[in-house]
Amino acid sequence: MAEPSSSLTAHVRPLEAGAQVVRVAFLAGSPALALADGIVLIGEGDAQKRVAAHPDGAILVARAEGSRLVTGGDDGRVVATSADGTVNEIADEKGRWIDALTTRGEAVAWAAGRNVSARDEAGVVKTLTGPTTVRGLAFLPKGYRLALAHYNGVSLWFPKAAAEPTGLDWKGSHLDVLASPDGRFVVTSMQENALHGWRLQDSRNMRMTGYPGKTRSLSWSHDGNWLATSGADACVVWPFKDKDGPMGKPPRECGVRSSRVTQVAFHPRALVVAIGYADGLILLCRLGDAAEILVRAPGDGAVSALSWDANGSRLAFGLDAGVAGVLTLPA
Amino acid sequence: MTDATADKIPVTVLTGYLGAGKTTLLNRILSEPHGRKYAVIVNEFGEIGIDNELVVGADEEVFEMNNGCICCTVRGDLIRIIEGLMRRKGRFDAIIVETTGLADPAPVAQTFFVDEDVRETARLDAVVTVADAKWLAARLRDAPEAKNQIAFADVIILNKTDLVTPNELREVEARIRAINPYARLHPAQKCNVAINEVLERRAFDLDRILDIEPEFLTADEHDHDHDHEHDHGHHHHGGLKHYHDEEMQSVSARLEGDVDPDKFMPWINRITQLRGADILRCKGIVAFKGDPKRFVFQGVHMMLDGEPQREWKTNEKRESKVVFIGRNLDEDEIRTGFAACAA
Repeated sequence: MAEPSSSLTAHVRPLEAGAQVVRVAFLAGSPALALADGIVLIGEGDAQKRVAAHPDGAILVARAEGSRLVTGGDDGRVVATSADGTVNEIADEKGRWIDALTTRGEAVAWAAGRNVSARDEAGVVKTLTGPTTVRGLAFLPKGYRLALAHYNGVSLWFPKAAAEPTGLDWKGSHLDVLASPDGRFVVTSMQENALHGWRLQDSRNMRMTGYPGKTRSLSWSHDGNWLATSGADACVVWPFKDKDGPMGKPPRECGVRSSRVTQVAFHPRALVVAIGYADGLILLCRLGDAAEILVRAPGDGAVSALSWDANGSRLAFGLDAGVAGVLTLPA
Repeated sequence: MTDATADKIPVTVLTGYLGAGKTTLLNRILSEPHGRKYAVIVNEFGEIGIDNELVVGADEEVFEMNNGCICCTVRGDLIRIIEGLMRRKGRFDAIIVETTGLADPAPVAQTFFVDEDVRETARLDAVVTVADAKWLAARLRDAPEAKNQIAFADVIILNKTDLVTPNELREVEARIRAINPYARLHPAQKCNVAINEVLERRAFDLDRILDIEPEFLTADEHDHDHDHEHDHGHHHHGGLKHYHDEEMQSVSARLEGDVDPDKFMPWINRITQLRGADILRCKGIVAFKGDPKRFVFQGVHMMLDGEPQREWKTNEKRESKVVFIGRNLDEDEIRTGFAACAA
């Protein structure tokens, strides 16, 4: 496989990581790394702050929202780390692992086993017991409504309402869940190397299959028309613009290589997707003409985290091996 | 399960019927000065008396894979927990999974065949079953779970031998052997077996399937001559009694000379697909015609894993052998089917 001819590798600065990178983010403009060993690193170079968000613990799940990074650990805690390094504890589940986590604005939801908690902007926490262990959580874009991925489907829950959650059923083990930015579709990744989707309007099922591996990284394009996915030897991009979503349409493939795609991140303003591979290579791919630009040459093992800053001028990345960096796009 | 096993985390599965002594064994493993650190996945929280270990509570979540294979069940919680434990990689040496007393070991084992992420980071080391010497015979009659656990085991700890007479002990050993003649069997009191007989067995490593001869003798005879003799008019004729379990048996077949891979591969695939629900485990070493290397395989229900292994030694007889442990096995079907694979 030929590597892309154009390269941005000269515009990448390394970031000190030192442990497996679970997630990368930008907090108030500073790159931040959530590390498997419970540490959150904020900033670059000499100004890098080391925050023990989960002392003696491991970070299992993390999500950035605005100027804070919310992490859930195997110490049972959910904490928010701000750009200035202050840590606020949101929840303590007494040592039960935090298996899933999501945010929307000030609202945070997390799952420990079957127990799901949703905390609104005012700090009011509502809880629900899922039918089985809840593996994925996502707020729907409209209303205070939460999607829970679990065995045999997804539950949609209004935490403020007394009503039972509504179920979207599909046999099998559902892992990650996300809603399309327009709120029309809910998509899960599955144990069986497939994605499953539902059109909420009529609960119509959508099967997206053919992956050689599990899809654990999914990213919407800024216009909500495309869903980029990991799990194949290319970034598989499904079209969601039409009312039927991707039904009956083949996905696009970009960045075809002989290495498994492990991370994907759509640019926040353009139809360009950042793709990280199991061999450590990272490239940018333009959806329109599949043009590729190299960000990182292969090496050091799998890419485990990718994230753009809010305006899309910088891309942060991290690897399982504890290597990280930031690409600044040339002006 | 042999690719680059060196840096994969070994996983020991601890099974045993209710009250047999799993927790006793677990506490013994954790409290001995072995210098190793274990992550322990338990289903009954709070029974472990050791507090400085990495203990993870789990609900056994067995689910079916949507791959059209009816007996393909896996432990979803195990996939999730192993993924999470890998965030602590380097901070522990091995994983022990304690199953509930009524658990079937198959979904745990199948998890290691099915899930690519689990296979990449961890390897199944052995299924260790703790059995109660006094009550096992009764459980083999009334509890199918207990029979599964014995049939599936690589290592059996026959615990509480102080509560039975030597005759009763011999009888229960014979009943175990009728079901599973291949497991290592350790009579014990309060699970007092050497840790190295329980952990790091590499029972699922294809390159360790060197010797699949039945273990006619128990591995450890030290508890046989204890002094709690309460013979209740039991007739004992000395020597190992031969029982036949009506339901669960092992069948082995041997073939001298070479095997035709074009006959064997379809046969082993067909028999594990057709009879996979009844076959708990299978393994074998095969001499393919013209191949200097031994072909080794193992399976759990319908799942098979096999690869060419080391070369046959010059002084070694090129002989093929297959072993099946399962329920209502058709001995003739296996023997004639395997015999027909001769090159």
